[in-house]
Amino acid sequence: MAAAGVWNRKHLLGIADLSPAEIELVLDTAESFREVADRPIKKVPTLRGKTVINLFLEPSTRTRASFEIAEKRMSADNINLGTSGSSLEKGETLTDMALNLQAMSPDILVIRHRHPGVPQLLAKRISASVINAGDGAHEHPTQALLDAMTIRQRKGKLSGLKVTMVGDIEHSRVVRSNIHLLTKMGAKVTVAGPRTMMPPGIAAMGVEVSHDLDQALSGADAVIMLRIQLERGARAAFPSVREYFQMFALTAERLKRAKSDVIILHPGPMNRGVEISSEVADGPYSVILDQVANGVAVRMAVLYLLSGAGQEAV
Amino acid sequence: MESKLTAKKTILDAQQMRRVIRRMAGELLERNRGVGDLLLVGILTRGVPLAEALAAEIEQMEGKPAPIGHLDITLYRDDLSTIAPNPVVKQTRLPVAPDGRIVVLCDDVLYTGRTVRAALDALIDYGRPKAVQLAVLVDRGHRELPIQADVVGKVVPTSATEVIKVAFPATDGGKEYVQILDREAGDR
Repeated sequence: MAAAGVWNRKHLLGIADLSPAEIELVLDTAESFREVADRPIKKVPTLRGKTVINLFLEPSTRTRASFEIAEKRMSADNINLGTSGSSLEKGETLTDMALNLQAMSPDILVIRHRHPGVPQLLAKRISASVINAGDGAHEHPTQALLDAMTIRQRKGKLSGLKVTMVGDIEHSRVVRSNIHLLTKMGAKVTVAGPRTMMPPGIAAMGVEVSHDLDQALSGADAVIMLRIQLERGARAAFPSVREYFQMFALTAERLKRAKSDVIILHPGPMNRGVEISSEVADGPYSVILDQVANGVAVRMAVLYLLSGAGQEAV
Repeated sequence: MESKLTAKKTILDAQQMRRVIRRMAGELLERNRGVGDLLLVGILTRGVPLAEALAAEIEQMEGKPAPIGHLDITLYRDDLSTIAPNPVVKQTRLPVAPDGRIVVLCDDVLYTGRTVRAALDALIDYGRPKAVQLAVLVDRGHRELPIQADVVGKVVPTSATEVIKVAFPATDGGKEYVQILDREAGDR
């Protein structure tokens, strides 16, 4: 069990800054919050009177819904702002927008933006706590925390596990946050994908790089499949969807190379028949729906930890 | 700054503590005419070993166990905006729904009453008990809310600078006692 006093942060901007003890505290706290979902009254009064702004300047269904539910279960007041109709479309600069939001004195700002570094910039400009809900291809810390929570629930630990991530490694913030988290917690991480989707220098993050899925899957305790973002021109990186499926999709046949008790994660939304076969997505190894349930708990834990009084600014 | 605490006086030793808990268990049975609908709920952390000790005595007297649960009140505290960093959240576990039961909240020390206020709010989010009673090992006075215990192990008049330390074997490395500690002069 983690000890009190470990957490002194005002913002959650990325996993890269966190210590193993801080990560463990978030995961333990999230385990405690899971129980709230099973109560007849799924609400605790902890954030009563606090205002949370969810500023999603890039499309999101799951993460946004998950944050919204977490906020409501903590009794916070929340408002949601998106791209369409926002003042950014009318030409307002990000800093002006931040100052306007600041004037409404929110306690917490949850932000998703297509450019890396925006949450960091806002954290410097406004007095609210900032939670990074995904910034470009940089970080997506709550996703990595919920993945780790899901793996830890099934395996009882993170340290010493072989975790393989497959897909578009270059454009994935989920991969970056997960690599930071898993290597800090002592897991062995392998990334696999086509050469066209593998950023140079990724091995420097302490991971093994593979272009052969069978080899990457061998002996894996957990596999995190990434979404191929067809809508963002991922098609340019490989000759055809069928060829991608043949080379890098997770199928029941391929999965035999992993450990017999392997678990499959996917941050969603899935492209069935592109990166994952339906047989695997719906199969017994899949913990994809656990991830969704854990996502709410992780976000409640983060909201709780960040709303403590008198932390030092980071 | 963490203030240093020195032991001033032992209020109850292990044997006295067990006698007091036995008497409290007897009082609970007397008030409620047997085990019936009782649900003992310990408030984390040291209300839990008290609930367990009471349940063991009740089982010995009645030959029938009372269900035990535990309650974490962290999310219901009224001082989260003044203390830092936030305390660690632990899990609540109730073996049965409190609906229609006589819930006995158990805690080691009754002081300001704020913990009990939070516990009442937390409990009621799980259901509607028939009645809620409060059992504490030590009542040290200084209430800030209109709350009182139904079953009290020992009333100990204290000053605000004193601290009551209750040790249970399960939570305190096998030790079992109730002591008054004093903050050393010069500390806040």
